[in-house]
Amino acid sequence: MKKTRIHHNTEESLINSNGSLVIREMVARLKVREAMNSLVLTGKSSATLREVQNIMRENKISGVPVCDDDGVLIGMITVDDIIKALDAGYINESVEKYMSKELITLDANYPLSLALSYFEKYHFRRFPIVDSEKKLIGILSGRDVLSKMLELFNHEIGILENLIPEEKVKHTEFYYKKYSVVAKDMDNAGHASSAIKSYCEKCGISRKLCRRIGVAAFELEINIAVHSDGGSLAVSHKGNELQIISQDVGPGIESIELAMQEGYSTANDWVRSYGFGAGMGLPNIKRVSDDFDIKSDSKGTNIVATFFIDGGENENK
Amino acid sequence: MKTSDISKIEGVTEAGKIFDVEITSAYTSDLLSDVLANAKDESVLITIQAHKNTVAVAGIVGAEAIIICNLKEIPADMKDAAQESKISLFVSDKNQFETGVEVWKLLQNS
Repeated sequence: MKKTRIHHNTEESLINSNGSLVIREMVARLKVREAMNSLVLTGKSSATLREVQNIMRENKISGVPVCDDDGVLIGMITVDDIIKALDAGYINESVEKYMSKELITLDANYPLSLALSYFEKYHFRRFPIVDSEKKLIGILSGRDVLSKMLELFNHEIGILENLIPEEKVKHTEFYYKKYSVVAKDMDNAGHASSAIKSYCEKCGISRKLCRRIGVAAFELEINIAVHSDGGSLAVSHKGNELQIISQDVGPGIESIELAMQEGYSTANDWVRSYGFGAGMGLPNIKRVSDDFDIKSDSKGTNIVATFFIDGGENENK
Repeated sequence: MKTSDISKIEGVTEAGKIFDVEITSAYTSDLLSDVLANAKDESVLITIQAHKNTVAVAGIVGAEAIIICNLKEIPADMKDAAQESKISLFVSDKNQFETGVEVWKLLQNS
């Protein structure tokens, strides 16, 4: 037994190469090497089936590759082999006689799409990955593929979000864009307001006004993230009027009058640890905006901060 | 002063790519709503808030650099966000006050 890494059973039914074109393209770009688990538990050919059974039990895995002293893959013992051995009473014999020797292996440089077709074709839960000298360098289970795919999805969706075109808008045109804000997700809070500020910059709005809009959007976004059960932040722009609209699904503000007082806050220590929750948000928004409207009940809070572009007199807010 | 001048402060090291632009002021605060309300653009933000939101706040107010004080560890996603927003990130072994004094000296001499 060499290194430790736990392998669980796979859910091969979730992997199907007949997925959408986008997903298939993503899988085609990936190599087996990028998804495989390179820390593999192995057994020696001299080991007994009982020893392999212990490896499986201790590490909660259902298959153990068997290698010779040079690390060359020579067989595989699965939980089925162990059950048979227990049943027929040869559990204390060496694995060499009973291991599967006709193995389907994968090359680390194969595309992951090929690996997926192997899962479908052979119905195995895992494939050993070998190098050109047949030495074991990793193992690929359905779980490994799923983890890699999820990681890739996250990455790709991030790229797609950034690709959504935001063309320069003439002031006569109507522009509206809504961003969802997830409750308690501090890591992504600021994402929508940063995008809104960039939109304003692209429109040629003055640096000072962009900043005021950005501040209002950011405070609104943080409020949704920390105080509500989730909601959205939208920008609506027509002519010389730009509005930031914040909507959430509750639980609502108990006293708007108190919430508008600087220094009043219902935030907990978790929020404060991030540098928010000092009761400055709503007063900040009101101060930077040209018009401010707030409505709240148990079903949610709606806030609209309005800005007049080319206003001139409010440029120093 | 320029962003790159910040690296000259003893005990301050670069924590990512440096975007060398003009810095005309500094703001020290750990309360991000306060930063949003009061920090100026073309500024350097001196804080201990070592997380991604600080970068977003700096971007909103137009701060060009962030100095994280007391050698607080900077998470990878914060570094990524700073690079993406073209905000220079530094880490200081001094506290906010001491770091602020050094930045003030740089601003006075430029």
